[in-house]
Amino acid sequence: MTGEPAWVTAVLDALAALCLVLGAFLTLSAGVGVLRFENVLARMHAVTKPQVLGLILLLLAVAARVRSWPVVAMLALVVAFQLVTSPVAAHMVGRAAYRTGKIRPEDLDVDELPHGDDENENAGGPSA
Amino acid sequence: MSPERWHRRLRRLTAHWPTLAVLAGVWVMLWGDLSWANVIGGLVVAALAVVLFPLPPVASSGTLRPWPFLRLVAYFVVEVFVASFQVAWLALRPGPAPRGGVVAVRLRNPDDLVLTVTAEITSLVPGSVVIEAQRRSGALFLHVLDLEGAGGAERVRQQTLELEERVLRALGGATLLAHADRTRGED
Repeated sequence: MTGEPAWVTAVLDALAALCLVLGAFLTLSAGVGVLRFENVLARMHAVTKPQVLGLILLLLAVAARVRSWPVVAMLALVVAFQLVTSPVAAHMVGRAAYRTGKIRPEDLDVDELPHGDDENENAGGPSA
Repeated sequence: MSPERWHRRLRRLTAHWPTLAVLAGVWVMLWGDLSWANVIGGLVVAALAVVLFPLPPVASSGTLRPWPFLRLVAYFVVEVFVASFQVAWLALRPGPAPRGGVVAVRLRNPDDLVLTVTAEITSLVPGSVVIEAQRRSGALFLHVLDLEGAGGAERVRQQTLELEERVLRALGGATLLAHADRTRGED
């Protein structure tokens, strides 16, 4: 882009740099979390929160650096779908792990989910 | 497929015009260029998607209240930052991983839209990931990563109900809101 004043370029570039560093840090810590946490459910925390925000910050950095509307629109779509799909994905993985008995009871201090409850059968289904 | 069925599906197009608009908008954004060809192409693809892949209707009386909605969004942005750095710290800090647990929260308003949005946001705000949702009873089952740090099961329940309240204020229909006010009086 040529038409913008120098200080705008400087501010946006600084913003992009900051977002890149923060995003990279969060993405790294999400990876570390997936390795270090003890069970599937705990790992789902790492893949939803820091991972999503890390990606958003990285895309924000790209948007601030590239500064073209078609690119911003595309990145906004990625962010929107990421926010909508990643909790659902974590829900599905966690639910599958729980139902197939991959979670050891000793991993949970509290467990209020009723076991062998029929109501769970179509909990995620379209209609009762 | 019988002609009546096709007819019903085509009628769906007029009822689903917001879906068509959103899908066409996504199409234009993906092409990255606002031109007549893209808008018309997007509408055609959206119409095909709506006719060929019908979705069950959402049982909800949702509306959108701009001011509470903006407040919900602002709250969400702040919480996502807090949550991400919290999990990042729990992942990177030395020592053993925190002890977690599964907490049941029964939402006061088992409305599809409110339940869905609350569950989605719950997974991204501090402390919790939804692992099971019961549509009929409106109950969510959350896995809490650091039960002690989150202040115990009771605190998590309370926070989730607060979040539900925010979602309700932003998106819930008028009757739903009145119902919520009534039930809160009884609590």
